[in-house]
Amino acid sequence: MTNSIHIPDAEQLLQQLAEQLRPQITANSALVGIHSGGAWVAQRLREALGAQIPLGTLDISFYRDDFSKIGLHPEVKPSDISFDVEGREIILVDDVLYTGRTIRAAMNELFDYGRPASIRLAVLVDRGGRELPIGADFVGAHLALTANQNLQLDQGQDGRLSLSLRQTEK
Amino acid sequence: MLTNPQLNQHGELQHLLTIEGLSAGIIRHILDTADSFVPVAERDIKKVPLLRGKAIFNLFFEPSTRTRTTFEIAAKRLSADVINLSIGASSQSKGETVLDTVNNLAAMQADMFIVRHSQSGAAHLIARHVAPHIHVVNAGDGRHAHPTQGLLDMYTIRHYKRDFHELRVAIVGDVMHSRVARSQIHALTTLGVPEVRVVGPKTLLPTGVGKMGVHVYHDMARGLKDVDVVIMLRLQNERMKGALLPSAQEYFKYYGLTPDKLAYAKPDAIVMHPGPMNRGVEIDSSVADGGQSVILPQVTFGIAVRMAVMSILAGK
Amino acid sequence: MKIHIKNGRLIDPSNGIDAVQDLFIAAGKVLAIGQAPQDFHANRTIDATGLVICPGLIDLSARLREPGFEYKATLESEMHAAVAGGVTSLVCPPDTDPPLDEPGLVEMLKHRAKSLNQARVFPLGALTQKLQGVQLTEMAELHDAGCIAFSQADAPLTDTLVLARAMAYAATFGFGVWLRPQDAFLAKSGVAHDGEVATRLGLAPIPSCAETIAVSTILLLARESGARVHLCRLSTREAIAMVAAAKEQGLPVTCDVAVNHLHLCEIDIGFFDSNSHLMPPLRGLRDRDALRQALRDGIIDAVCSDHTPVDEDAKLLPFAEAEAGATGLELLLPLTLKWATEMKIPLAAAIARITRHPARILGLDAGHLTPGHAADLCLFDPERAWKVEAKALKSQGKNTPFLGLELQGKAVYTLVDGHVVYENAGVARHA
Repeated sequence: MTNSIHIPDAEQLLQQLAEQLRPQITANSALVGIHSGGAWVAQRLREALGAQIPLGTLDISFYRDDFSKIGLHPEVKPSDISFDVEGREIILVDDVLYTGRTIRAAMNELFDYGRPASIRLAVLVDRGGRELPIGADFVGAHLALTANQNLQLDQGQDGRLSLSLRQTEK
Repeated sequence: MLTNPQLNQHGELQHLLTIEGLSAGIIRHILDTADSFVPVAERDIKKVPLLRGKAIFNLFFEPSTRTRTTFEIAAKRLSADVINLSIGASSQSKGETVLDTVNNLAAMQADMFIVRHSQSGAAHLIARHVAPHIHVVNAGDGRHAHPTQGLLDMYTIRHYKRDFHELRVAIVGDVMHSRVARSQIHALTTLGVPEVRVVGPKTLLPTGVGKMGVHVYHDMARGLKDVDVVIMLRLQNERMKGALLPSAQEYFKYYGLTPDKLAYAKPDAIVMHPGPMNRGVEIDSSVADGGQSVILPQVTFGIAVRMAVMSILAGK
Repeated sequence: MKIHIKNGRLIDPSNGIDAVQDLFIAAGKVLAIGQAPQDFHANRTIDATGLVICPGLIDLSARLREPGFEYKATLESEMHAAVAGGVTSLVCPPDTDPPLDEPGLVEMLKHRAKSLNQARVFPLGALTQKLQGVQLTEMAELHDAGCIAFSQADAPLTDTLVLARAMAYAATFGFGVWLRPQDAFLAKSGVAHDGEVATRLGLAPIPSCAETIAVSTILLLARESGARVHLCRLSTREAIAMVAAAKEQGLPVTCDVAVNHLHLCEIDIGFFDSNSHLMPPLRGLRDRDALRQALRDGIIDAVCSDHTPVDEDAKLLPFAEAEAGATGLELLLPLTLKWATEMKIPLAAAIARITRHPARILGLDAGHLTPGHAADLCLFDPERAWKVEAKALKSQGKNTPFLGLELQGKAVYTLVDGHVVYENAGVARHA
C-alpha cells in the first residue's frame, strides 16, 4: 500500500500521554478504558502513573447507536467498574478517537453507574472525522485519515502495543 | 415443513423456539453474551438502552407469574416497552384461535412475542405465521421445549463447574411431561456433556428417551452415583390422578432428593431446580435451602440469559 | 352413447389383460374389447394414445362431509374430486352429522349422490346407534336402504359385549363389519405414534399396542361370531403379522391401508406439521416398510385414500389441537403408482389393489372391464407430473402432507355407466 502517512509508535505515544496526565492525577482520579484498545491503554497508563489509581473497563456494545442496523456485536464482554463512580474525576481512555460515537456511548454508560465529578478524555490518536461535538483533552498524536483507512491498535504476545493502518473498501 | 424455522437464510437465529437444532456455537454465544448482562443487575441503574423503542409482548396462553415476570424484568432492563397479555380460557372459548390473537397483536407494532402455551408446537405455529420482522421466543410450549430455561440452566452449570466435557449430570423426575427436561437434554448433549442421566419411575420416562442420548435409571442410588449436577424436576399433582403414580409420599420416599440421596453424588455436586418447588414431594427443604443448592442463583442468571436472548434476536 | 376408445394400454387385472387394445361402449356397458363389433358407429371417439385404461378406481374410504359438515366440504365438490381422481365408486364412513344410523338418512344421501351423476356412493351404516357403542342399529333396514356394510368409523366401541353382539347380529345377515382397530383407553388423547418423534416433540403418544390389542379382540370375536370383518387403516407391523396368522388359519378377514401410510412415517411430522396429523398416526419407519410389503404380498388386500377434507382453520392450530385427516381422492392414483414404481411392482398388480380387490371386499361385481358389464373406466396418464397445490385440487379439502410436492399420474377421462363424467383433455398427450 503506498502510504505517505507516518504511523507513530504506540509505545512512544503511551509515554507521552502518561506524562501529559501525570500532573492531573489526584486522589479522586479513576481510569476507565473502552474495550478493547482503550482498556489496554488504560492498563498501561495505570502502570505508568501509579497502581493505586482505580481502573475500570467499559464494553459499549449495549449503548451503541447502530444496534438497529447491525445488531449485537458478536463478542460482547462484560463492563467492569468496581469502584464508586459517584463524585469521581474520571479519565476516559480510548485508543483512536474518530467519529465520537464510541465516546458518547461510553459516557452514557458511565452515567448509568453514577454521577462523576468530571470526565476527561485521553486518546492515543485523534484521527479527525468527528460526527459529534466531542473532543479529547489529552492526545498522543493527531493524524488526518480518510474514510477508507482503518487505524487499529494491536497488543503483541509480549504486551507491546502497536498501531497499524489498513485500507478498507468503503 | 422440514426446514428449521428458527434460523434465517444466513443461519442466524431469527426465533428461539427450541434448543434442538442449535449448534454448540450459538448456545455458547448466548451464554457469553449473558455474562455481560449479569453486572447490569448489580448497578444502581439496572438498565441498558439497547432495546429502547422496541415493543415486546408477553403472550401467555398458559398462566405463569414467575416466568412472565422474569421476561418482563429482562425486557425492561433492556429499556424495551413491555405489554403483558394473559390470554385466558375465556377468549379461547370465544373462538379466537392462537393465530387470530397473534394477527391482531402484530397490527400493534410488536417487535417480539414471548409465547407460553399449553400445546407442544404452539411457538412453531406462531413463528411460521408472523411477519418477517417479528421475533418469537418460546417461553414454554406443552411438553416440548422451554429453551430459555435450558439455557439458564447451562449458564448456571458453567458458572459453577466451568467445563462441560467432564461432567455427569442427572435429571430426576417427571421427564415425560417436562419441556424443561427436553430442553436440558438437548443443551447438555450439544455442549458435549459425556454422561446425561434421567432418573425416575418407568411411568414418568418417555418411550425411547434413550435415543435422545441419555442413560436411563430407575433407582436414585445408582442414578445419582458420582454425578456433578443434580437437576430436580417438579412433580405436578395431576400425575397422581392419571394412574402414573400412587402418591406423593411414595414418590418422595424413592425419588425425592433428601440429604442421604444427595450423598450418592459427588460431595461438591450442585443441586438445581427450575421452580417452582414442591417441598417434600420432589425435594427436601434442607436440600433446597442447603449449601449445595444453586436454585436462587438460577433465577438471577435467568434474567441475564433472557436479556441475552432478546438482544441477539432483536438485532437481526 | 356409443364410445370408441382407441390406442390405449388396457390393463384389467381381473381378466388378465395388459395390452394396447381398443374398447367399445354402448348403452352404459362395455360392448367389446379389441375388435369393433359389427355396425358399431361411435358417437364419440377418444384417442387414448399414451394413456392407461383401467377399471374405475374403487376407494374404500372417502368422507363426503354431508350431511352435517358442509363447511368442510359438500357432495358437489367431493364427488367432483372423486372423478377427477379417477374414482368411480367410493365407500363413505357413517360419521356424518347425524350419523348414518337411520334408513331415511341413507336414502337421502344415496339419492343426492345419484342425482349428481358422478361416482357411485356406497355408504357404510352405523354399527351402533349414534355410533355410541351401546345399542345396535337396524342393520337389515339400513342394508335395504343401501348400506354396504357396517362400521363405527373412528368412534370407540369399548364394551366388548356390545361388540360381540353387534358382530353376531351382522353375521346373522351376512353383513360385513368394518372396524378401525384402536383401543380407546390406550389411545386416549394421544396424537402421535409412541416413538422417538413424539418423545422429542412432546406429543401425547399412541402406542402400537393400542392397535394390536384391538386387532386381537376383533379377530377373536370374529372367530366366535362368524362375522365378515374388514380391518380399516392398519398402521403397525405387529398388526400385519396378526392378520397374516389369522388369514392362514382361514379366518375370512380382510384389511386395507391408507395410501399416506404407504409413504410417510412419524419423521414427516417435521416441525409440527399439522398436515401430518392423521388417524391412525404415522408410525415408525419399520412399520411403514412393513405396510408397503404387506400390500405387495397380499396380507393387506387393498389401499384406499381415507379422504378426509378438513377446513383450513382446523389445521392452523397447534399439532395436537389440529383436526386429523388428509384430502385424498385425487392422490390415491398417483400415490399408488408411486408405491408400485418404488417397490418394482407391475402396474397391473398396483391397479388390482385399487379396483379388483376393493370390489371383492365389498362383494360387488365391479372393478373389471368385461363385455356386458357396466362401463366404469379410468383413463390416466402415468407419466404426467403435477404439483399438489390448492388450485390443482377439486376437493374443498386442501390439507395433505404432500402439499407443494410433485406427483406423477393423473386421470384424463373418467367414465361411469358409460358416460364421460370427467375429462381434462388439456392433460392428454396428442398422437
